Amino acid sequence: MPEVKRKYVTPGELVGKGRYNRTSNVYQIEDKFYSTRVGMAEVINDSLRVIPLTGPYIPREDDLVVGKIIDHSAFAWEVDINSCFSSFLLAQSVFGRDYSPARDSLTKKFAIGDLVTAKILAFDRTRDPLLSVSGPGLGRINQGEIVSISPTKVPRVIGKKGAMIKTIENYSKCRLTVGQNGLVMISGNPEGIILAKSALDLINHEAHTADLTQKVQDLLSGSNNGEKE
Amino acid sequence: MSKLLNSKNRRLDGRKLDELRPIKMKVGVIDNANGSAYIEFGRNKVMAAVYGPKDVHPKHMMKTESAILKCRYHMTPFSTGRRKNPAPSRRETEISKIISEALEPAIVMTDYPRTAIHVYVEILQSDGGSRCAGVTAASLALADAGINMRDLTSGCAAGKIDGKVALDLDEVEDMEGDADLPMAILPNLEKVTLLQLDGDFSHKEFIEALKLAKKGCLKVYEMQRNALNDKYFGNEKA
Repeated sequence: MPEVKRKYVTPGELVGKGRYNRTSNVYQIEDKFYSTRVGMAEVINDSLRVIPLTGPYIPREDDLVVGKIIDHSAFAWEVDINSCFSSFLLAQSVFGRDYSPARDSLTKKFAIGDLVTAKILAFDRTRDPLLSVSGPGLGRINQGEIVSISPTKVPRVIGKKGAMIKTIENYSKCRLTVGQNGLVMISGNPEGIILAKSALDLINHEAHTADLTQKVQDLLSGSNNGEKE
Repeated sequence: MSKLLNSKNRRLDGRKLDELRPIKMKVGVIDNANGSAYIEFGRNKVMAAVYGPKDVHPKHMMKTESAILKCRYHMTPFSTGRRKNPAPSRRETEISKIISEALEPAIVMTDYPRTAIHVYVEILQSDGGSRCAGVTAASLALADAGINMRDLTSGCAAGKIDGKVALDLDEVEDMEGDADLPMAILPNLEKVTLLQLDGDFSHKEFIEALKLAKKGCLKVYEMQRNALNDKYFGNEKA
């Protein structure tokens, strides 16, 4: 079992000294590493990272996101994915390579205001993200409720190998689609949605605490009913 | 002549020469902003909010390699004794610019290409030294917004009253005193990002004031860290 060292840090705080092969959310001056975020610093063997507690969503390829169609041209839809970059869904990727603006109408597939689950096909520093809706579970969202959480808390909502999300799904009898951009789609019966929402709210506020899984289980099983946080 | 200091070198509000005014900080006070902070620096009350990174308007201001930082320092009409015209004044335009320049070295701008970061600093009540309080609040708001930063920016002023170098001047001392030296630093990197001087210092006095202001900035930095820890880690901080 590798030794894990954890500490809370703020921007500019020294996280570690020496050589590390893998780092994230730190910057280096000579052999010293300083945090760039408010978060939890973690040193495991040769990797040193700061797990941020707050921050915007920066797209990455292959991320699953939940977005809203905000505009369209003759060849593409513009999708708001809760990020500083507006993303595009090409008509070609939906209608096929022989798409013709004269024959196919974009609004027939997705109208402005529609919610979609999509995957990020391509993104780099020079271009806005490109989306794709081809794949199982992707496409227009017809029913359910969208809950917004901080994008930095998404890993905690999913949990180790999806453990947390499974717990919530089992208790609330709802289906959860967690977008990496911090938007979560919940579908199921109204009581279940309310329960799932309260669990997400708890994770959003107490993601950094150690016994989070237990707290979520207590909330879902109703063992702290009537107890206000 | 001696009217700002008494015979025991105490100031009008009872402070010693090297004493800061009481400071309060709170992070995350505005839910609608991506990051926010509220500071009380003596009788100064300052609110700062950060929006972004988001897309740039007008588009021609966009930088392909990095973000742009847009700051607005504004005094509310009720922040001063006599009503202040809410239209941006020459002074506010200047302070907006210097706050932006004081914060920019701290932010890893290249992490957010083609975007804009908006910082709004609103002075709710002013009592001298509001630009330093503004920089300090804005830096906290940026950290709260989760924008990659090399360091926090901490601001504090020094000055000269009745011929003696003093820390953190208030409104009266600023108006009646001999000099004012606002300063902002990146405490861990040991870099100065804001230094202005209004008034006269001898070389010796200037060095003394610089050292004193740095000491003040470091105290402010400790409070900034505590404010961030309070919000994010609560009482769990070891």
